[in-house]
This record gives sequence, C-alpha cells and structure tokens, in this order.
Amino acid sequence: MKPAPFAYHRPETLAEALDLLARLPNARILAGGQSLMPMLNLRMATPDHLIDLGRVSELSGISETAAGLSIGAMTTQRAIERSPLARAGCPLLLEALAHVGHQATRNRGTIGGSLCHLDPAAELPVAACALEATLTIAGRSGKRSIRFDEFPAGYLTPRLAPGEILTRVDLPRREQGSGWAFEEFSLRAADFAVVAVAALLALGADRRVRRASIAIGGLGAAPVRLAAAESLLVGHPCDAERVADAARAAAELRADGDEVYPAEYRRHLAGVLTRRALERALARGRKGV
Amino acid sequence: MAGDLSPGFLGRSVPRVEDARLLRGAGRFADDIALPGMLHAAFVRSPVAHALLRSVDLSNARALPGVRAVLTYADLRPQLRCDRIPLALPSAMLRFDVDPFCLAQRELCYAGEPIALVAAESRRVAEDAARLVELDFEALPAVVDARQGLQSGAPKARLDCPDNLVAQTVLEYGDSEGAFAAGSIRVTERFRIHKGGGHSIEPRGVVARFDAVEDMLTVWDGTQMPHRAKAVLVASLGLAEHQVRVIAPDVGGGFGPKAVFHPEELAVPAAAMLLQVPVKWIEDRLESFTATVGERVQEWEMEAAADREGRLLAIRGRLYHDHGACTPYGVALSYNSATNLVGPYVLPAYHLEIQVGLTNLVPAAPTRGAGRPQGTFVMERLLDGIALQLGIERDEIRRRNLIAPAQMPYATPIVTRDGKAMTYDSGDYPECQRRALAAAKWSEFSGRQAAARSEGRWLGIGMANYVEGTGRGPFESAAVRVEPSGEIRVTTGATAQGQGTKTMLAQLVGGVLGVPLEKIHIVDGDTAASPLGLGAYASRQAVTAGNAVVIAARLVAEKARKAAAAMLEVAPEDLDLADGCVRVKGIPGLKRSLADLARALQGTPGYALPGDLEPGLAAASDFQPGAIAYTNGTHVVEAEVDIHTGAVRLDRYVVVHDCGRMINPMMVEGQVLGGVVHGIGATLFEWMRYDESGQPLCGTYADYVLPTADVVPRIEIHHMESPSPLNPLGIKGAAESGTIGAASAIASAIEDALKPLGVRITDLPVTPARLFALIRAAEQRRDSR
Amino acid sequence: MSSHQVAVTVNGRLYRRTVDARVNLADFLRHEIGLTGTHVGCEHGICGACTVLVDGFTARACLMLAVQADGRTVQTIEGVAQADGPLHPIQAALSAHHGLQCGYCTPGVVMTLIELQCENAGATLTEAEIRRALSGNLCRCTGYQGMIDAALAVLGGAQERGETS
Ligand code: FES
Ligand code: FES
Repeated sequence: MKPAPFAYHRPETLAEALDLLARLPNARILAGGQSLMPMLNLRMATPDHLIDLGRVSELSGISETAAGLSIGAMTTQRAIERSPLARAGCPLLLEALAHVGHQATRNRGTIGGSLCHLDPAAELPVAACALEATLTIAGRSGKRSIRFDEFPAGYLTPRLAPGEILTRVDLPRREQGSGWAFEEFSLRAADFAVVAVAALLALGADRRVRRASIAIGGLGAAPVRLAAAESLLVGHPCDAERVADAARAAAELRADGDEVYPAEYRRHLAGVLTRRALERALARGRKGV
Repeated sequence: MAGDLSPGFLGRSVPRVEDARLLRGAGRFADDIALPGMLHAAFVRSPVAHALLRSVDLSNARALPGVRAVLTYADLRPQLRCDRIPLALPSAMLRFDVDPFCLAQRELCYAGEPIALVAAESRRVAEDAARLVELDFEALPAVVDARQGLQSGAPKARLDCPDNLVAQTVLEYGDSEGAFAAGSIRVTERFRIHKGGGHSIEPRGVVARFDAVEDMLTVWDGTQMPHRAKAVLVASLGLAEHQVRVIAPDVGGGFGPKAVFHPEELAVPAAAMLLQVPVKWIEDRLESFTATVGERVQEWEMEAAADREGRLLAIRGRLYHDHGACTPYGVALSYNSATNLVGPYVLPAYHLEIQVGLTNLVPAAPTRGAGRPQGTFVMERLLDGIALQLGIERDEIRRRNLIAPAQMPYATPIVTRDGKAMTYDSGDYPECQRRALAAAKWSEFSGRQAAARSEGRWLGIGMANYVEGTGRGPFESAAVRVEPSGEIRVTTGATAQGQGTKTMLAQLVGGVLGVPLEKIHIVDGDTAASPLGLGAYASRQAVTAGNAVVIAARLVAEKARKAAAAMLEVAPEDLDLADGCVRVKGIPGLKRSLADLARALQGTPGYALPGDLEPGLAAASDFQPGAIAYTNGTHVVEAEVDIHTGAVRLDRYVVVHDCGRMINPMMVEGQVLGGVVHGIGATLFEWMRYDESGQPLCGTYADYVLPTADVVPRIEIHHMESPSPLNPLGIKGAAESGTIGAASAIASAIEDALKPLGVRITDLPVTPARLFALIRAAEQRRDSR
Repeated sequence: MSSHQVAVTVNGRLYRRTVDARVNLADFLRHEIGLTGTHVGCEHGICGACTVLVDGFTARACLMLAVQADGRTVQTIEGVAQADGPLHPIQAALSAHHGLQCGYCTPGVVMTLIELQCENAGATLTEAEIRRALSGNLCRCTGYQGMIDAALAVLGGAQERGETS
C-alpha cells in the first residue's frame, strides 16, 4: 500500500501556497495528513502534486478576538486541546476533541484538515456546525468568510473553489449562562462517531431558552443543524417534555445506513443522543445562570 | 513423573528470554530481511469474486521503468511440477479436493485471488506496475452464501468442480430419534455464527533466494509451519529436500492463518528461481483482508431434547459451513465445531448433518479456536434455552449435565478421525465451574443486578463451560546438544509466533540439566536445524515439543552421568547433576562440568571416548502424544447493556482454566488473556462483511473493528492443574482455549441483563444495532401482549 | 514525482538522504536507514505499530512523509535504551508484566508510553486513563492486560516498579 507518485511542495507562506495551488494541476493540500495520508497509501487519492502547509507558520496558533477565539487552520488538535484559551472560551470544542482519535493522531491532525476532509462521522465538523464557526478562506483574489453550515457541498467535499485554502476558524466565545454538551455513539472511544450531537443552550434570566444550537453528524453526507428541535426549545422553559420533543424531532431526520448501522438505528441514535446532549447542556447552563 | 525437574523451573513464571531483543526493536521479522539485489513483489489480484480470465495485457506494466518482471501462471508453470499446489489433507468428509493455484490459471474464484506477480526495484514501483496490468474477463455469478449455494439451481462457485458441496458427513451416535420422542422438553434454535480473521498485527511475508552456487533455495517465511511449507515447495518445485530450507524468522503473531500455505508462498520462491534474484513480498493490510484465510459463517439448525430435570437426552440438527473457494486446510473447522459442541457434558445421543459449501470468498481456515467456539456457542445457548424453559438456574442445569470427575478418563461416544473414541483425559469440570462462580460472586449477583435495575441500568451475568482438544500429534521433534563451550543448543520443529516457545523449552531443558536459561540456545522454526517437525497448530507445542525436549534432556543428563562416572572412576549412582555440573555426592569439588564432558565426548584424536560411550553429549526425541489432551475452563462475565443504544460493556471477567501442569504460569495467562480478548472481538466487534457480489466490505481497521485496550475488561484468571496422564509432564495446551468460552458467556450475560424483555442471542457478532433491533422487537412483543 | 534531500536526526544521529516524495517516514526509517524496529501493521494509521516520536511527540510514521521529517528530530525504539545498556523502565516493566508476546506491536506501545510518561511527569495515572492512552495500539497477542499492568507499575504510582529480576 504505497502512494502513487506525486511531487511534493513545501511553501513557507500562504501567498506561496496559494500561488502553487493556482499553478499546479491536480494538486492537493496536505495539512496534518491524518486523513489524506491513508487515502494516499490506499491510492484512493492520487494527486500529482501535494502542497504541504506544515511550515506555513502564519496558519497556526490560537488567539483571542473580540467575539471569541480565532484558530489558525493548521493548529493541531493537540494544541487546541492543551490551550487554556480554548478550554475557557470554547469548552464544547474541547469536549468534542476528547472523542477525536488518539494522541498520536491529534499531535499531527489539524482543525482545518478535519473540517476540509469533512468525514460525515467526524467530531470537529459537528462541533463547528453547532458553534456556528466562521471560516476564513483565502484565494488568489483575496479572502472571504463563510459560516460553517454553508461549507459542506457533499460527501467529503467542502465548498472550496479551485485554488482556495481554509486559513482560519473563528468561534464565538461561550456566553455567560450557556450550557454545552457533545455526545456521540461509537464502539470504541477513539473511533469516528456513528452519530454525534453537539448542543449549545443559552438560558435567559427567566430560565427560558434564549438560544439553542444543535448539530448532528453521522446521518448524512455532512453535519446538519437540528432546526426543528431548536425552534421547539427557544423561548420556552426547558423541561423534560421539551427535551423529549426535541429528541423526537432529531429521530425524524433522514439518515443513510449500512449493514452495520442501518438508517433506522442511526435515526434512533439521533434521538437518544440529542436527549442526552440537551440534558447535560441544560444542567450545565442552569449551574451557570 | 516429572520428579527430576528442578522444582524451581516447572510452574514458575520466569521472565521470557525473547523479550529483551523485541523490546529494543532488534527482532528480525520477514520485512526486516534485506538481501543484496533483492526485488520487491506486488500481486495483481482478482477484482471480482467469480470470472473467467480471457486475457491479461502485461505490456504497460512490463514497460514501466524499474520493473524487472511481470509473471503470470503461464510464466511460472515451467518451474512447477504440478498445476496446482499439492495441499490436500486427507479427510473422509471431503467429496473432492480443491487445491489452489499459485497464480490463477483461468478461473478467478474470489476477489483477491492472485493473478500475476510483479517484481520491481521497490514495492512502490511494483504496485505502480500492478495497476497497469489490464485484465479482460467474463464475469460469472458468484456464490456468497454457502447455504444458498447448496440449493438446487444455485450457480457453481467453481466451474472446475462437480458442484458446491465440497464435503459432507453425518456425525452420529446414540438414539436421537428415540430420545426426542421420549423427551419432555425440546428447544429449537437457528444460529448464524460469524467469526472473523486471525489479524496478526504483522501481516504475512515471504523472502526467497535461490543460490546458484549452493544450488539451494532459502525461504524466510512468516509461517507457523515451516516444515510443511518446505514439503510443499519440494513437491511443487521439483527440488530435492536438501535443496530447500525454510526459516520462520520472528513472526508477529499467527493465530491460525499463518499455518495455511498460501499461493504467495509458492509464487515468490518460484519467481526467485526463475529470475535468479532474491524476491521479497510483504503482504499489506488490504491484501490480508482480501487474500488471507480466515473464519466466516456457520449456520446451525438445532434441536435439543431434555428430561424434566434438564438432563440432556439428545441434540440433533444441521450445520452449513462456508468453506470459501478452495480447500487449503482440509475440513478442520466444521469438524472441530461439530465435535467440540459436546463439551464437558454427558450427551447421550447426537445427530449432526454437516454440509460444507464452496463459495466465491477467500478460503475459510482456522483462526484461534478453530471452529470450537462455534460448537461451544451452540451447546451453551441450547443449555440456557433449556434452563429458561424449565425455570432452572443456568449454573444448575450445567451442574446436572457435567461429566463427573469419577468418570475420568471419559470416553465420549464420538469416534475421531483416527478411529479412536474421543476421550477426555482428565479434569474436574464441576469443580472448575464451582470455582469460577465463587470467584465471580455469582450467587450474590442478583442483588447487584436488582440494585442496578432500580437505577435504570441493565446488568447481566453469564457463564460458559468448554473443553479444548490440545497437543495434537503426530509428534514434535527436539534435539539437545551440549557444545564444548558449555552452551546448550536445542533444535526443534516447533515454531514460535510470540507464544514464548523459546522460554518454555529453555525452562524445561534448564530444569533437567540445571543450567541457567542464558546458556541455552533454542533454534526453532528452521528446517535446516531440524529435519523433522510440524510447527504451530492446535495448541500443541508445549505438549509435544515440551515433552520431547525433556526426554532428550534427560537422555543427555544420563549420558553426562555415565561419562563423568568413567572419568571420575565412580559409579553413576554416586553422581548428582546440578548447576551444570556432575558432582560426586558428598565430595564437594569432585565434579565435571557439562562443558568438560562435552569436550571429552567430542573426542581426542587417537584416544577412546570415556566409558565407551557414543560420541557427542547430545540426544534427540520425537515425542508422540498418544492422544489429545483436553484443556477445559469456565468463563463468567458481567455485562451492562445500554438498552437505548444496544451497546454492551463488559465489566468483570473471570476465567478458571485447567491446562494440566503449567510450565510457566505467566505465559499461560498471557495465552488465555489473548484468547479471551480475541473471543470478545469475535462476539462484539469483528465482522468481515461482503456485498452480494462477493466484494469485501472491510479493507481497513476502520471497517473491521478489533478490540482495543479501552473496551476490554480486566480479566481475572484462576488455575486448576489436572495433570494429563497422556504425557510425562502432565501438560495440556493453552493457546486457543481463551477464545472458546467467550462468545457463549457474553451472550448469556446479555440475555441475563435483558431477561425481563426475553431477548435471545443466536447470531454473532452481537453489534449494537443488531442488539438494539432485538430489544425493540422484544419490547414490541411485550407491548402487544 | 519528485525527490528531495532530507536531513533527519534519528536517535541523536543526523542522516542525510535523498528520498522520493512518496516515501513515508516508516519506510524511510526501516529501509533507507535500516532501523527496522519501527513496525508497520496497517499503513492506514490505526494499528499504532509504527508510532515514533517526532520532536518529542508521538506520530504515526505511516502517516507522515519522510520529506516532512526534514530538519526534525525523530526518536525510535532503537533510541530508547542504549544497545548495551539496561532497558528503559517502561521496557523492563513490559517484560516483567508479560506485556508483550510476538513483539510486533511492542515498539509502538513503548513509544506511546514514553510520551505518556513525559507528559504526566510526577502525576499518577488511573487504569482507565492508561487504557484510553493505549487504545491506539492494536495488539492481537496479549489482550492488553500485561501492558496495562506494566504501565500502571511505572505510571500508576503503584509501589511496584517494573524491573526484571
Ligand atoms: S502502520 Fe502506521 S498505524 Fe498501522
Ligand atoms: S505482542 Fe503480538 S501484537 Fe502485541
């Protein structure tokens, strides 16, 4: 299982990377390599050129912004996991990361790589979806921003035009009085999820749900927001009945399935995990109010 | 009988002599071997499960720079003595043999079957070229389910065979019909039991070199059975025995598949001979999913009859076994399943029709447990079924059916392949069960279960008893030689894949000769060192090679005493052997070291040997165990089921294990632990799937789930030691036993957890979605009542 | 296709080689510089047999190109103990607790535990934490228990230290 031949390029600046990407035919970006390398080894991906962003230092790092956190796309999962800034500002992301792979893969795997690979069962896209992450995408003609839920274009396909590179992920700071939870079902802790749910609930002073953001992965080609469940919750005091209604709405989503995890089972998991996530998020939110 | 072993060396957990090298990364596995001028091989494999090759276009592949050769069957055939690889193992069950080809000749019979071998300067380039080979074939309908393939009108899995029914037999004794007519209780069940692959973490690998100067073929083969590999190579390549040497280097786990001779093990040496350069092929993981043998699916339709007390009267039914596309390893799987069903119980009558069907899938052959877990699963599930019907506890129903220690040795009515009664040599099965239940606090469990249930947690406990036939013959070889330097050199046909064979043998030889392990050098798995040998299968090497080295070492000790007696001019009875020296009793200082004696027996030109002995301080033995030694055990496990997801978590696992006298308890435990976890994998995680056209759906460890450290429970092992009367050391094998009870015990625990719902587990693996579907169905049944 | 000059420090020694872009770090270590202690079990990042330390952190050597290691520092199993010196305490504990059988997964297990030890210097780890940390290393022989006991002996704050007798 050795990769097909390719040429390797190692730019040191974003501008250089964009230039290479624009110039080279059938080129692919190599981020942390934890998804692309297996595909290369299996010859499921056969690019002619590989552009390694590993030494483009401007693309990694975590900083605080007025709205929250700004994470360079090439920041490793491990660096986020160990960042006090991330821990304080975005605990949902940290909870999702606890389910991601093994330390040896998190040491190299990057947030941008995971979001662009867009495995339907990966945790970080689900978290980014619930967090309403804003993605900054650079092209030769400049930069643009896009909200995460507009990013997936299909199975393993991000909405990136030819020549574009994801450079930054911006996440809003956790609001005071909000609760969060990430729930997933997988056979083993480090596996991709069968189904994963990320939930954020902001409670008002009146203990009603002010804002709800629930995302689910593992049902279709990419994570989706649970709009129906969210609207059942917002504006109401959140009790067990409401949570059950929201879970039911999750279980009615369309799902793809296979022999090991049939669609019906995945839908059922969607309901169970949504309930569990909401219960935990709510408990945290109540403590924080 | 083991009286002259230094007590410190038997039953002692000495650290392994293998460890230091392996821990430093200094092992030498097949892929670590690099020879000057060596080429690297990759195989072009069948992309479909069944087809007729019309043509193969090699031109683009051959033209690729760096490619030395692209070889098809037609290219290799002149090297070969016969069309097919002569692998047939005799069996009355087989209606016909289906020996494989080393490269497909015309008919492609499973996805992954090798078609052409590319030899290139690197594996990368070989893989590039393999992609350039163009195949033109006519697709044929594929058989992917053995049972369907046996129905009339089903397509043929192989056009070169009369039909798909490759083997059949009836295993039968007692009056089943009468028992069913008289019995008051009847349990009927259909089981669909899947078991997965061996999945040694090191894949297979072969390095072959033909030396024209020495006129000698040397093959480093990651095999469990180098002597068999050599015999096949001698027969296939038309070389003389002395021209072929097969060496099993360090082998990174075997677990069954590496006992089977695979096509690549002939294709690579044949290519090395044809090209006159060394050739290396290292299997990649994708190839191990498609082209390495493994176990698969058995379907059982079974019925048990019992009396009002729950005593078994008879079991009858049918077993359909998926054998895959050829028969490289006989019919061991279905045979072991059928015979192991009986287990540690008194079963008065048994009637099992076995049908073995060819399919267009990679051949099925033993993985750890080798069919026995499936037979045990059927028996244990039937017992639980009877217990349920009669309202008897699961431990009690077993107690009523277990063979009593007073009945040992117990001849079952089954007649084995060699015409003798299948006889359990020793053991105390009721005591084994009792100890396991006590260790697991079985009787207190219902309290914990009720407490958990009131918190909404679904806990269950399960148990299973089993036996395992170990130490299969006909023999294993061992030779012990004291070198003039004092080093002890032991050669054996035994072959290690991680079991600690070197430690086990050194411990025994050291015990007899009173020398430290560092002075003992074991040469295993090398046909040049041991002309005869069989290798690793059927949990046999401690029994066969262990006894052989002890016999040989005792002969050496005896000779040393005689030589010393002559040299010291005392009677042999006045001598003791200890610490590597023969000493005159009571006179410290009057002694001869083994090295001295070896030097003396090496001879001095012109002088007679001491005591008119034969030259050399050495002896050999090919120990032949008279019969199979039966290991037994009881597993008890606690499981928690998340009824909302169908997930199963194992909480506590107790094994009581009896493999007779233990040489090294630490290593016995290691074998049992590995086996239990393999069994857990087969029960809850591992599932080798194919689509309806025979395409494998698992090609990576993301698709095929192996148990990892986070999902296996702590396993507590207790030992009993019922010595086997069949061999001087009283030992039995231990390597596969752990797998055999796992599925049965876990299924029983899951059923117990879900008892209020009445869920029955009949199919393996028990995946969350499958279990959840059973829970759902049970809830619906309950609600509709 | 492209080939590249690389300079990689492995176990304290600088190696300069020219490699094909597509050669991964595991093949580089094993076949270009002859350090065959790093094993390859899957080449898709799951078995963990190829685990090495790159700049002190574990990485799957099958998921990294050799050219990516240019200028980096790599530690492999061969660098854990001196060839003629005593075993590292983690290695010794693995032997004492029968945490290895065939030894194929073992180099990856050792490297994983070394990182765990470095990152948790002084802290006491629980069995559950150790099991999670080792869950990225497939072993088909041991059932994991021996290696977990070895890790507990060294990292779990237990009295017993893993030394061979
Ligand atoms: S070989 Fe790298 S993880 Fe398996
Ligand atoms: S010791 Fe053999 S795979 Fe771990």
